[in-house]
Amino acid sequence: MFGWEFPPYNSGGLGVACLGLTRALAERGLEVIFVMPRKLDLSVPWTRFVFADKDGKISESLDMRAVNVALTPYLTAETYEAYRRSGGMAMETSGHRPFYGPNLIDEVKRYAAMAASIALKEDFDIIYAHDWLSFEAGMEAKRVTGKPLVAHVHATEFDRCGGATGVNSEVYAIERAGMEASNRIIAVSELTKAILVRQYGIDEGKISVIYNGIDETTAPQSDGTLLRLHSLKQAGYGIVLFLGRITLQKGPDYYIRAAKRVLEHNPKVVFIISGSGDMERSMMDLAAQLGIASNVLFTGFLQGNDRYEVYAAADLFVMPSVSEPFGITPLEAMRLGTPVLISKQSGVSEVVSHALKADFWDIDEMANQILSVIGHPGLRASLAENGVREAAGLTWGLAAQKVDNVLKELMRAV
Amino acid sequence: MKSICFYFQVHQPYRVKKYRVFDIGNDQEYFNDRSEGKLNNRYIAEKVAAKSYIPTTALLLKLLQRHPNMRVSFSFSGIALEQLEGYAPQALDLFKKLVDTGQVEILGETYYHSLAFFYSPLEFEMQVNKHRDLIRKTFGVWPRVFRNTELSYRNDLAQWADSRGYVGILAEGWDPILGWRSPNYVYQPKDTSNIRLLLKNYRFSDDIAFRFSSKQWSEWPLTTEKFGQWIGEAEGDTINLFMDYETFGEHQWEDTGIFHFLEQLPEELFKNPGIDFKTPTQVIQSYAPRDQVDMPHTVTWADTDRDLTAWTGNPMQRAAIDAIYAMGEDVMLANDGRLLEDWRKMQTSDHFYYMCTKWFADGDVHAYFSPYDSPYDAYIAYMNALSDLRLRVEKAR
Repeated sequence: MFGWEFPPYNSGGLGVACLGLTRALAERGLEVIFVMPRKLDLSVPWTRFVFADKDGKISESLDMRAVNVALTPYLTAETYEAYRRSGGMAMETSGHRPFYGPNLIDEVKRYAAMAASIALKEDFDIIYAHDWLSFEAGMEAKRVTGKPLVAHVHATEFDRCGGATGVNSEVYAIERAGMEASNRIIAVSELTKAILVRQYGIDEGKISVIYNGIDETTAPQSDGTLLRLHSLKQAGYGIVLFLGRITLQKGPDYYIRAAKRVLEHNPKVVFIISGSGDMERSMMDLAAQLGIASNVLFTGFLQGNDRYEVYAAADLFVMPSVSEPFGITPLEAMRLGTPVLISKQSGVSEVVSHALKADFWDIDEMANQILSVIGHPGLRASLAENGVREAAGLTWGLAAQKVDNVLKELMRAV
Repeated sequence: MKSICFYFQVHQPYRVKKYRVFDIGNDQEYFNDRSEGKLNNRYIAEKVAAKSYIPTTALLLKLLQRHPNMRVSFSFSGIALEQLEGYAPQALDLFKKLVDTGQVEILGETYYHSLAFFYSPLEFEMQVNKHRDLIRKTFGVWPRVFRNTELSYRNDLAQWADSRGYVGILAEGWDPILGWRSPNYVYQPKDTSNIRLLLKNYRFSDDIAFRFSSKQWSEWPLTTEKFGQWIGEAEGDTINLFMDYETFGEHQWEDTGIFHFLEQLPEELFKNPGIDFKTPTQVIQSYAPRDQVDMPHTVTWADTDRDLTAWTGNPMQRAAIDAIYAMGEDVMLANDGRLLEDWRKMQTSDHFYYMCTKWFADGDVHAYFSPYDSPYDAYIAYMNALSDLRLRVEKAR
């Protein structure tokens, strides 16, 4: 299984998904060899890790220091370059070699070259690759071994760019080649499947939709209180939460415009924006321009308990994504008993019933729903009660069972 | 002799349109959705009339003429009759013709198809009286048998109906309460003097209402011969077949063969000289009660729980129903006819049913019969409209 990130060295949903899926597959008796581009201090009992650094030489010693920031799969090839130059990218921590190369595409190719030699040394039946960053590696492994390839698509270039404009043609070419070379494809939602068929011309017969899950052990646990939020609540404020990258794809501007509409009717609501991203500054400006700056709080990127406390403190979690292949954060909020409002343009809305739903552009409807949740404890209670139960049923075990079926079918076919 | 007692329920609520927070204080028309969708009351009434009420009633009219000894009974909510008068007068005319045959009994219920009995006895009584007056005016008959919304029933309801002179009352024949007793006999409700209780035979009723078109059912397809044989073999004085009238043509579409089944059924049943048709009042006059039935807790004909949880089971439903009845006194004091009517239309049980989350799980939207996308949307629209109603009440005082 070729991946790019793995908890705790990840900053997005891909790593969390890889963790949940590999563990659930291992519980079903499958042996997973997880290949990463870079050697990291990782140890989980159910998976053997192989790292593709050191020119493909498989390293047994895990002596690397922790890396502060790993490359996220959400960066586009263009922003990678700028991000790296600005110093945002963590560099080599225990030597002088750069952690990641100057060019993201080159890095993906270098990973692929090393994947071939790993594939020749390891004993396995099926090659499994997560998203475009590891598709080249998957294709190389298939080329040298002739073994079947499964591509798991968590996001496409169209999602990352928030539309057709700005799609990187090289990334698109890699995604398309990877999917064409694959024997089977797993898409995280019908929404994603439709993009693969429409934008990449992939035969829909080889795509299976398998929704992500959330595990008890990966679900957030809260054990304290954020004092600031607590005092706001005591003062009678309703608390609404946005948690995610502050970037076009996630729709933070719609969130702030809906906030403006809400505050016209109920001034005792606070809107939290938790996360960081390229639109953080402009969103602060927008809130100020709309005259609601004092009701919009930016917390920056929250980790660990802070993250979970902000979930638990909120009266409503909002995910107004413009394009969201799946979206795991609403499930995290639901697990903590927090009602959620999700955009209809998200994969998770296909699988969750006990949630409020609106089109991302329908600011009035979002405001209507937010005001209702703040104003009616009965609505909050019903959403919370049913949401906890529903999210608990969406496990990685369920997803792994479906992945297992796809793999077994594939094994029978070859 | 064994009798077939048919009772058909005709009801259509005034569905609340997608009423947003921003409409509060600006829009007093809660029920005037004009979209192509499922919230447009006129559109629904026209559709159900065309698919179900008109063809079924025309067929029944033919059958009653063909079989002078055939009897059926109906209960119409007041707001269903109102909507038929406005949106589907042809259906209402057919119903009148049907009653004119003298072979049809009309039952009493609340005008607004509400759960008022459980929340406001005074309001309940006013709605029953209003309904009785409408039935008198529309059909020229006087209801003698009572059935409460969703067939909800309790000892004290029977005691109330007894005190008001009703000769009979209907309820669900739910086994956990009946125990060894069969629904196929007449009973006496606990602590009453004259009134009699008729119990729905839900197995035979549901064979027609729910299972008729189900290919997973081992008895599919249901023929009149088979059904007639079951009825013939059943023990008891009366087989009470109670169901929604929309069963014919709306729940079971025409292509399932439901109309053909209905058309052939009387003839098949009349082949058996030991079987006849009776209305509820005739059943009560013909058979002596076998035992007393004690139902201290509310029983309804809903889902597998047979209680009120489909209407009052979650926090949203309880908040909504408490809020509407809490306004009662102020609405009365306001003494404004239009306000009173809107308040009552908001009491219809369907509004609370649409907020039910019991069957809205695991992505199984098919179990959720509602014009709204979710129970949450239903609640939001309802509570927003209610907020506007409250503003009007406050202004009127």
